[in-house]
Amino acid sequence: MSYLERFARFWWSFIVGDNLPLAAGAAAAIGVTAILVDQGLNAWWLLPPTILALLGASVIRASRHTER
Amino acid sequence: MSPAYLLLATFLACAVEAVEALTIVLAAGATRGWRSTLYGVGVAGFVLAALTAILGPALTSIPIESLQVTIGTLLVLFGLQWLYKAVLRAARLKDRKDEAAAYRRQVEQAEQAAKPAGREMDWYAFTLSFKGVLLEGLEVVFIVLTFGAAQHRVGLAALAAAAAVVVVAVAGFVVQGPLARVPENALKFAVGVMLTSFGIFWVGEGVGAHWPEGDGSLPAIVAFILLGSLGIVALARPKRAEQPA
Repeated sequence: MSYLERFARFWWSFIVGDNLPLAAGAAAAIGVTAILVDQGLNAWWLLPPTILALLGASVIRASRHTER
Repeated sequence: MSPAYLLLATFLACAVEAVEALTIVLAAGATRGWRSTLYGVGVAGFVLAALTAILGPALTSIPIESLQVTIGTLLVLFGLQWLYKAVLRAARLKDRKDEAAAYRRQVEQAEQAAKPAGREMDWYAFTLSFKGVLLEGLEVVFIVLTFGAAQHRVGLAALAAAAAVVVVAVAGFVVQGPLARVPENALKFAVGVMLTSFGIFWVGEGVGAHWPEGDGSLPAIVAFILLGSLGIVALARPKRAEQPA
């Protein structure tokens, strides 16, 4: 593995970690909020429950995996 | 925003990382000797301080809206990582970190490595302590820079981080061992809630959304994320874990 690859992997693991769906979902929620605000809707209410829902979904998925 | 949030979040985050770094440093020092170990700690500390000193002013020169979106997004992603793992541990879906066991593992490995003759530099001890402090410290630098830059108070955030290092180092010196009784997961849970909440607040402001109470909305976001996360822990905790062994 090249130095550049290791460097990129380190920062990926540092910021995103090992739960890609959670990170991708959060990034998508931020993107949707930005689009809605850009369209003139003050969408402050979108991020907090969406982030919590994503966290809950990730944890429930992990708990089902553990119970198997 | 009140600097109290900045101080508290940075202090707690740094304290958690310092406890983990202390375990590695103590294992290296106790088994391999303190001279090379402390060189490793010193060099890593210098690298971390230099990173903060160089990147801090550079970040604060970026326009506030761009900074809020970038830093807010990074904090949400980074904070969710902490919170996710802390929730899993609180719900007993993941093993809690055991600093005493980690210390024993590090000591065993350090004792097996070849030792240098006489007063030569012990590169094993140096590398072990350097790597431990640098890797744990990078998370602290990240938090100091993101929190500090978003409020143009990198110096204050760095001060809180330094205070946490001093407190943990003194506690380690008094206890003469790893700080196994520190409620590490509760601290990580609290830091995860704060990082995620601040990230949500800043990214919201950065994209142009207006919070109903301005800065006053932040405590409500923190309370919402905290209570929601505690609810997730209660829902996800396996039923069998509640039965007596």
